[in-house]
Amino acid sequence: MELNRRKMLVLGTAGAAVTAFGALPAFASATEDAIAEFTGGADVGEGGVELTAPEIAENGNTVPIEVSAPGAVAISIFADGNPTPPVATFKFGPLAASQFASTRIRLAGTQNVIAVAEMEDGSFKQASANVKVTIGGCGG
Amino acid sequence: MTKTTVTGGRLIIAAAASAFALAAYAGPDEDELVVNEDIEMVTKTDAPDHVDAFDTIYSGWRFRSDETQALQADDFDNPAMLWVEQAAEVWNTAAGSEEKSCSSCHNDVDSMAGVKAVYPKWNEDAGEVRTLEMQINDCRENRMGAEPWKYTGGDMTNMVALLASVSRGMPVNVAIDGPAQSTWEQGKEIYYTRYGQLELSCANCHEDNYGNMIRADHLSQGQINGFPTYRLKNTKLNAVHARFKGCIRDTRAHTFSPGSPEFVALELYVASRGNGLSVEGPSVRN
Amino acid sequence: MAEGVKPRVKVPKKASAGETITIKTLISHQMESGQRKDDDGNVIPRSIINRFVVDFNGENVIDVQMEPAISTNPFFEFEATVPESGDFKFTWYDDDGSVYEETQTVTVG
Repeated sequence: MELNRRKMLVLGTAGAAVTAFGALPAFASATEDAIAEFTGGADVGEGGVELTAPEIAENGNTVPIEVSAPGAVAISIFADGNPTPPVATFKFGPLAASQFASTRIRLAGTQNVIAVAEMEDGSFKQASANVKVTIGGCGG
Repeated sequence: MTKTTVTGGRLIIAAAASAFALAAYAGPDEDELVVNEDIEMVTKTDAPDHVDAFDTIYSGWRFRSDETQALQADDFDNPAMLWVEQAAEVWNTAAGSEEKSCSSCHNDVDSMAGVKAVYPKWNEDAGEVRTLEMQINDCRENRMGAEPWKYTGGDMTNMVALLASVSRGMPVNVAIDGPAQSTWEQGKEIYYTRYGQLELSCANCHEDNYGNMIRADHLSQGQINGFPTYRLKNTKLNAVHARFKGCIRDTRAHTFSPGSPEFVALELYVASRGNGLSVEGPSVRN
Repeated sequence: MAEGVKPRVKVPKKASAGETITIKTLISHQMESGQRKDDDGNVIPRSIINRFVVDFNGENVIDVQMEPAISTNPFFEFEATVPESGDFKFTWYDDDGSVYEETQTVTVG
């Protein structure tokens, strides 16, 4: 396929050119600091946390996300491209039927959303999702 | 193409991943809308005879992402309903020198089912085509002795959203003949007139290019069956004349004013292009 | 108190003992992030709801610390266990000191 500028723009905005546009997180260190504050600097493993977010968000003002981490006592959400990375921390009480929560968040641009769960045994697990935020257009 | 029936709740999110594989295609999808697992919405149907440009008309809902679509499938998930609830209180609250509320004459707001579907509408006594906003202010001034609301102000848009909400699922059916015809013709003229430095008519985007991308966004057919609409962009209810103003402003033109005869005519014409789609207001759009 | 703040909660009215129920909440609030500027270029001060707590008969279900990245009109969905009849109490804490409360009764039968 011949890629002229026009096609590239269309592909880029539609999010098909994922690897070509995979931007580095602009505030990586701030995010690491924020995560360290939540974990107390402990190692963070993978697995056991499910983070559901759209691959492409139609509008960064309202991005629906879901987190689930069976056996977690708390789940904290971070957005590594936002001016301030912390988004929310869910602490689950004795009457939480599951360690699941859904909410709507703001993303300042295309970036990674990271969910870090504190498990009952004191260990930490994380999952992340890259969300492309489309900006521009008339909305109709 | 995957087909998803969006009825609210978490199953939508599960369906999102597959649908996004198709995101490069900017046209209407084949999803179907059922609100509150109850109101079946017609979001795609045969174009009315007076629309020459296409055979099938689509609600703007069909052009939105699965996540945005899901927000409209359940009244609890739809943030617009916050303002509909506020308007429901206003409906029953007396105002003005006559100390009357809307309900003093119209009883329960459910009695207004079907009204939004046929507006804008010819008013014989006034000798003009009137929008719902004009009719609401006529009630306020002449029956309630109250101050009129600003045409696209919050109070007004909330009330129009309340009236739309009780007509949801009913087909848009505005009359374009008889005494309304000259206004309809005027609206059609405006629809096809190029405005602004960009020299764009409504038709250039919403007729010639619906289904294509405009920058990062999908162009719809510009149907207004979903107004007032909650936009993610400004997180509030938006009136249809405010949307018209925004569109014409985007062509870099001086716009007509909300409530002006030009916009009333345009609303009648654009509404008529959606005859047969369900009233969806208050909808959720980008 | 911030103007026009109105909570909504969606809780089943009835449940069986020990049943898992889904709860949704929405509250109208601007959630001013502190990142925006007004027309004169001055930063609009942060004004958000910073905490949301749900208890049932005095026992905790969920306790959420909220940051400015939570969208306007904050929405939450989660699952709770209902051991017996009683009241869900929902509490939102505003930066300005306001507290918004809502109660919903569930009957176990």
